[in-house]
Amino acid sequence: MGVDGIGARVKRKEDRRFITGKGKYTDDMTVPGMGYAAFVRSPHAHAKVKSIDASAALDMPGVEAVLTGDQLVGDGVGNLICGWMIHSKDGTPMKMGAWRALEPEIVRFVGQAVAVVVADTLAQARDAAEAVVVDYEELPAVVDAVAAMEPGAPQLHPEAENNLIYDWEIGDEAAVNAAFDSARHVTSMEISNNRLVPNAMEPRAALADYDEAEEHYTLWTTSQNPHVARLVLSAFYNIAPEHKLRVIAPDVGGGFGSKIYIYPEEMVCLWASKRTGRPVKWVADRTEAFLTDAHGRDHKSHAEIALDENNKITALRVKTVANLGAYMSLFSSSVPTYLYATLLSGQYDIPAIHCNVKTVYTNTTPVDAYRGAGRPEATFLVERIMETTAREIGMDPAEFRRKNFITEFPHQTPVIMCYDSGDYNASLDAAMKAADYANFGARKAEAASRGKLRGIGMSCYIEACGIAPSQAVGSLGAGVGLWESAEVRVNPVGTIEVLTGSHSHGQGHETTFAQLVADRFGVGTDTVQIVHGDTDKVQFGMGTYGSRSGAVGMSAIVKALDKVEAKAKKLAAHLMEASEGDIVVEGGEFKVAGTDKSTPFFQLALAAYTAHNMPEGMEPGLKEGAFYDPTNFTFPAGTYICEVEIDPDTGKTEVVNFVAADDFGKIINPMIVEGQVHGGLTQGIGQALLENAAYDESGQLVTASYMDYCMPRADDVPSFNLMTTETLCPGNPLGMKGCGEAGAIGSPPAVINAITDAIGNNDLEMPATPERVWRALAAARPAQAAE
Amino acid sequence: MYETNYHRPKTVADAAALLAKSDEAKLLAGGQTLIPTMKQRLAAPSDVIDLRHIDDLKGITETGGGGVRIGAAVTHAEVAGSETVRRLIPALASLAGEIGDPHVRHMGTIGGSIANNDPAADYPGALVGLNATVTTNKRELSADDFFTGLFETALEPDEIVTAVTFPAPEKAAYAKYPNPASRYSMTGVFAAKLADGSVRVAVTGAGEDGVFRVAEMEQALSSNWSPDAVAGVKVSSGDMLSDIHGSADYRANLVTVMAKRAVAAAG
Ligand SMILES: Cc1cc2nc3c(=O)[nH]c(=O)nc-3n(C[C@H](O)[C@H](O)[C@H](O)COP(=O)(O)OP(=O)(O)OC[C@H]3O[C@@H](n4cnc5c(N)ncnc54)[C@H](O)[C@@H]3O)c2cc1C
Repeated sequence: MGVDGIGARVKRKEDRRFITGKGKYTDDMTVPGMGYAAFVRSPHAHAKVKSIDASAALDMPGVEAVLTGDQLVGDGVGNLICGWMIHSKDGTPMKMGAWRALEPEIVRFVGQAVAVVVADTLAQARDAAEAVVVDYEELPAVVDAVAAMEPGAPQLHPEAENNLIYDWEIGDEAAVNAAFDSARHVTSMEISNNRLVPNAMEPRAALADYDEAEEHYTLWTTSQNPHVARLVLSAFYNIAPEHKLRVIAPDVGGGFGSKIYIYPEEMVCLWASKRTGRPVKWVADRTEAFLTDAHGRDHKSHAEIALDENNKITALRVKTVANLGAYMSLFSSSVPTYLYATLLSGQYDIPAIHCNVKTVYTNTTPVDAYRGAGRPEATFLVERIMETTAREIGMDPAEFRRKNFITEFPHQTPVIMCYDSGDYNASLDAAMKAADYANFGARKAEAASRGKLRGIGMSCYIEACGIAPSQAVGSLGAGVGLWESAEVRVNPVGTIEVLTGSHSHGQGHETTFAQLVADRFGVGTDTVQIVHGDTDKVQFGMGTYGSRSGAVGMSAIVKALDKVEAKAKKLAAHLMEASEGDIVVEGGEFKVAGTDKSTPFFQLALAAYTAHNMPEGMEPGLKEGAFYDPTNFTFPAGTYICEVEIDPDTGKTEVVNFVAADDFGKIINPMIVEGQVHGGLTQGIGQALLENAAYDESGQLVTASYMDYCMPRADDVPSFNLMTTETLCPGNPLGMKGCGEAGAIGSPPAVINAITDAIGNNDLEMPATPERVWRALAAARPAQAAE
Repeated sequence: MYETNYHRPKTVADAAALLAKSDEAKLLAGGQTLIPTMKQRLAAPSDVIDLRHIDDLKGITETGGGGVRIGAAVTHAEVAGSETVRRLIPALASLAGEIGDPHVRHMGTIGGSIANNDPAADYPGALVGLNATVTTNKRELSADDFFTGLFETALEPDEIVTAVTFPAPEKAAYAKYPNPASRYSMTGVFAAKLADGSVRVAVTGAGEDGVFRVAEMEQALSSNWSPDAVAGVKVSSGDMLSDIHGSADYRANLVTVMAKRAVAAAG
């Protein structure tokens, strides 16, 4: 390893431009003649659009056009789609309601766009948008998924009777029922997972530029996957064929899943650019982000677990209702199914699992993948019921988990996943030691002397990353393959460009990907440039989500590096008149082993491009591409231990210690991994304590700004105590598992387990706000007094 | 934001004249409330009259009676950092230091805060708790008379707050329970024993009519200045605000809890 190679704490190359304000985001782009878009949005959660009168708006200064859904549909722009087909247990396909980028007939959530104004300035566009008169006829609305399925509930889409999108199941129900029939102990509980707003720092944005002469579009946009955006925009939305559409995702300030999807606004900007003959820019304000970025989570579940006489788990039975909002977003169907129920085995050897999931339309913002996507919901359910069961049977929660751990790999769970590697005892041991679990009692007593209630809780999470083997996901309904591609381009002067289909929007790829190259050739990361986020530059790519950029994206780079290295060695052998097998790469030089002969990397690159002296039949140049399709998911896992202190007077929770022991497989840059864990833990603690997307009964989002939506801040979280244990992933060349989501997946149950331990009441929903904790405490007190 | 005309008067009289000229004009101090409201297009003043360049509205001075006079355009950060305030009324300095975040504290002003009279603002607690006097370009008002309801004050349309004068108390403290999201006050209690021996307990953040005093606590503390004296005093949840962050019951509980803490902190 060189100083910049695999495992080194290389400082992030991209941070110089970010920290000095020199990043280039979509809103930094300008094109001559550019107009600004402002959307006219529904103030109602459910209403008929009776008429739209744009006459006053059209007369206002600077207004270029007011466009509506009728024109959009008339121009043949396609409906938004969900790209993952799920079938109900009766074999019928999911019920996809029509979602138009501008709605001409019935609006189904507050903030849905019905028209767009394009004007010379943003202020003019907004003024005119306000002057568009929309006559709505309000309809009754429903925001709760369980209520939406009840008879008499408002109906959202004619396709979906009782608002039911699908009624899906996984696992062997008969085997599960049999296990419950003979169980010695059963724990059952209701578990809900609160709805969240992603809140990327940079709101979504689009700048669309239609070139009439070339019939060609360019779209700058906040995307985690520009090639997928281009594919969907051309194949399904009829915007333009792929070769006539260039999508550029420049610097993007965070995504957390919310920028995977193609939204109405981006489509409308492209269409409006052609319609108006001028480039059109739109940047969401924070309110639009709250109202229209796909939300996350929102599950209500009933869970039951069965034990035998040895406290070994014999079965798990889960029924979940998932709220998908008003429309099916791009990958929404996969989140509460294959990204959720397939993780219900947790770290445990559970012989039989059955899960039924009903997904439901409601008059709320569409819900899709958000950091963790399905796995946080699964982990919360499994780790809450594990903790609860341990308490019910009077066993130490750590020992109960340990007793049921999977210890041999590969392990086939009853819910599709085959875990390839792991050592769950190792991470549990490491976390317990770091948390000084054994001496918790003394700390609890000391806290009590200060009038505080101290509690401890753990979570042994597993998740699935590196999505995913294309054939496997195809058989489960995915509309795309989930491989990744890379191209390694060695320039004649020996500097190297890596073109990747992954996309960095905070992950630090410009650094970690360069470290792979540095490690391989012994060159500095400063001679390596990572190119991503532009469909005209990068061959193709599936983008970044599901912690796949390491396990899948980097694996593609490794494959391309293998090819470059092989060709370079062949050329080096030829130039130094040695045998290919004797060539080694070290410190930026090609050397003949056992001799003092060497060729510096840059000389070899030059030789490949001058092509004056090549081996017989070798093509000039030094550039190779590769596609990598994973063979399995990867399975990061670990143990989180949270310790809290609660102020009984106010119910306020303080997280006083948080230990995270993660197994991410091979780690390329520990500093960047720690940053990912810090962010993930903070989001998870945010979900557990602070964040909640709350709707009132009429369908208004009452937490539509930071005055009411409680984002975690630095002083809401402790200084984290992080460590890693390592089992290599056998499935990919580097042995990587992924680290981008673990923190958000594993932490919520640890926090809630700690609070419920402190207050002696297990009945507590997220977010555990001070008032909820105060009430739970009050409810527990008479019971405690009676003991 | 809608288009507006910006003015930068140099004197209070000029500002008042500009204000009187138009029904739709608004004074601008730190802009921490007005500007976001305008950006959300919830306010559309025809004219914005900036008070930050009027020397008479600046400065913190010790008054003859050992109190403190704070100009209306003085920022929260200036109050928090003022040697005079820290020496004479440390509770006021620490209250100002707990408002919002550093950006807000370096822009937001005492005049803007009290003129706005957000029920969750902190300053109203201090003004009522210390029996402060509000000076305007027209008159002087006691804090009790100044705050009249949610976002309501006794200010007339063309009246400008010029200063607030606080008497130095014998002892005082402010205990704030912040709203977890906005970090404004969800319940803040300002407890003070004034120089004349009278006691005041003012609550902000919790009441459905804005800042209010708790007479029962004041009585209890007059005879026995100790946290225990207020521990048993409960306010009626019927008069409390209720929202997604805290129900009326919860806020009523916080009033007692924060009152105890304020008294304890005052020593
Ligand atoms: C993120 C954030 C967090 C905050 N947190 C807190 C908090 O924790 N606690 C708290 O108390 N406050 C908080 N605030 C409010 C802030 O501290 C200011 O006090 C408040 O915004 C008003 O003061 P300003 O100087 O900014 O007034 P402006 O916004 O400029 O004006 C507010 C109103 O007062 C009027 N006005 C201004 N000056 C005068 C005057 N001299 N005479 C008559 N009318 C006048 C204006 O016309 C306007 O209607 C927060 C604000 C923000 C943005």
